[in-house]
Amino acid sequence: MKAPKVIGSLGGFFGRSALEAPADIESAALRSDRFRLERESDWRRLEEIIARMERGGLRGVDDEDLLALPTLYRTAASSLSVARETSLDMATLRYLEGLVQRAWFQVYGPRKGMFGWLREFFLGGWSRAIQALWLDICIALFVMVSGAFVGWLLVNQDKEWFYRLVSERMAQGRVPGASRETLEASIGVEQDTGGLSAFAAFLFSNNAGVCILAFALGFAFGIPSLLLLVHNMALLGAMVWVFGSAGLGYEFGGWLSVHGTTELFGILLAGAAGLHIGRSMAFPGTSGLLDAAAAAGRRSAVVMLGVVIMMIVAALLEAFPRQLVEGATNRYIIGGLFLVFWLSYFFLLRVPEPDSHPAADRGGQ
Amino acid sequence: MKSSPPLSASASYIEGETKRARSMITPEGIPIPIIVASRSARIGALMLDLLILLFGLFIFELLVDLVAGGVGGDLESEVEGDASAAAEFLTVLSLILGFVVWYGYFLAQELGPRGATLGKRMLGIRVAARNGGRLTPEAVIARNLLRDVEIFFPIIYILVAIVLSLLGEIGGGFIWAALIWFLLFALFPCFNKDALRAGDIIAGTWVVEAPRTKLAEAISTQGAGAVEGTSEITGQRYEFGEAELSVYGERELQTLERMLREGNDEALYAVHAAICRKIGWDPGAGDERAFLEAFYTKLRARLENDMRFGKRKADKHS
Repeated sequence: MKAPKVIGSLGGFFGRSALEAPADIESAALRSDRFRLERESDWRRLEEIIARMERGGLRGVDDEDLLALPTLYRTAASSLSVARETSLDMATLRYLEGLVQRAWFQVYGPRKGMFGWLREFFLGGWSRAIQALWLDICIALFVMVSGAFVGWLLVNQDKEWFYRLVSERMAQGRVPGASRETLEASIGVEQDTGGLSAFAAFLFSNNAGVCILAFALGFAFGIPSLLLLVHNMALLGAMVWVFGSAGLGYEFGGWLSVHGTTELFGILLAGAAGLHIGRSMAFPGTSGLLDAAAAAGRRSAVVMLGVVIMMIVAALLEAFPRQLVEGATNRYIIGGLFLVFWLSYFFLLRVPEPDSHPAADRGGQ
Repeated sequence: MKSSPPLSASASYIEGETKRARSMITPEGIPIPIIVASRSARIGALMLDLLILLFGLFIFELLVDLVAGGVGGDLESEVEGDASAAAEFLTVLSLILGFVVWYGYFLAQELGPRGATLGKRMLGIRVAARNGGRLTPEAVIARNLLRDVEIFFPIIYILVAIVLSLLGEIGGGFIWAALIWFLLFALFPCFNKDALRAGDIIAGTWVVEAPRTKLAEAISTQGAGAVEGTSEITGQRYEFGEAELSVYGERELQTLERMLREGNDEALYAVHAAICRKIGWDPGAGDERAFLEAFYTKLRARLENDMRFGKRKADKHS
């Protein structure tokens, strides 16, 4: 057997693990027990390092142990494969299996922390994920535009449709035939600023909920996501008709565009993300269904994190500038600037994917 | 010869585990056994997490009430606008905090080095990437976003539908629709062998057991196993012949090892009697443990010796 020599020299090399081999190695009757006793201290040292890493990441581990970690991991892994062929001591085998598994999770654990990942997300990862979804975004955009158009057409044909689309609570007096003054007041500026930040927070958790729903419903082949988009946009179309018929179309557009360019864009992306998952499950292509769903899900999750951020921005815009800035033109400028910003950030920023260490990412496959 | 009941009863114990056993190949080419977490463990972990979250939010609300009460009391006599501003700030804070805690609790912990929330850790399970790769933030975000649609939205809808139908505003059909939605996702893990929920499929993850096994002492290096089969109590030395050791295989050896570790005296008596009957010895009394330790060591020595020559005996039938 050559293994003991290698281990012995390693122990010397790393100093700390100067093997405190139990004195009775030689007296152990079974060869597999001697094998175990000779390596036990290395295993225990690995276990101890792993336990510290599990408790507090890399902070609790000093350099010397960190250097020894890959070697100790391979030692334990090779011990396991030797033990499988030579030992029937279940305690040792179970212990080694657990130890190698735990060590494997740490050695091949996430390389980047949450902070590093977020940095990469803002500097290209977000845009890249959105660009990968271009086809779904086109489909969702088409669906949203037709939804709004259908809503407008329906109400144009028969005013009764308005009451079916928009609930009483939501309409708040903004109904067909309402006086111009009522409608104008509803899109005017607030007189006092009280309650606006609570309003923003409420809007955010409400809108983010809708977006997450649109995304998650993509699981059912994307169809519920599209229905949700159609419903929301038909509602908008109906509103547009009400304001348009009162001659307030331009003003309503300004009122809506302040936050709408961001919020509707976010809803568009959430619907597209849901559709992306649904589409990849319906048409997995050459890879298996599960692999295709997982790949699409991970891409869409990145988009969704972005959508949540957009919803925060939209809620702030909705609560403050929309209620405080007067004049349709000013409102159009704010909304337009945000639209230009999002579009250029998403589609002009092209950062190649950083080296993703394909071997390690794919693990043993 | 009939086999002893305790030795054969163990088969089901081992098989229950192997049903959920999978294998994952490390980059070094070593297969690591993975045991998929049981569905009950996962439900339990979710319940624990929810309890922890609710308890935390409850404590937080108490604190906010305390502060808000203080703020209101101090400012009431002064400017009323300021008091409402402070109260508004607290409302905003709790809304945002609710959102952050709800998602942050799961995200931060599953991205940590243990890959598990508190509830999962208590039950010894963790999240892992299904393809054996690393667990990425994308995957963790995806699996946690879907949890809402799987469990919480349908529950809320069911409650809302029940209330509304009691008020007579909607028909009972909505309750059934919400219930079907809920059951569809809640029972999803029962219809695939890896117990994946919808979020796991989307994220490419699964939940596996994370054993933290301690290294137990080897039985063969202590007691009667160590000293050439000599009993400490009687001083008698147990010697087994070729025929006596060829009765059992690896499965029986494992069972014997487990029973020796558990150290249940009555079970040991039964096994002792069974083995003696099988190898044709006259079972004595009072020295069962030493006998079994000696028998275990000799049997293992023999089976391991055969292993080195490429001969394995899985159980007593082979």
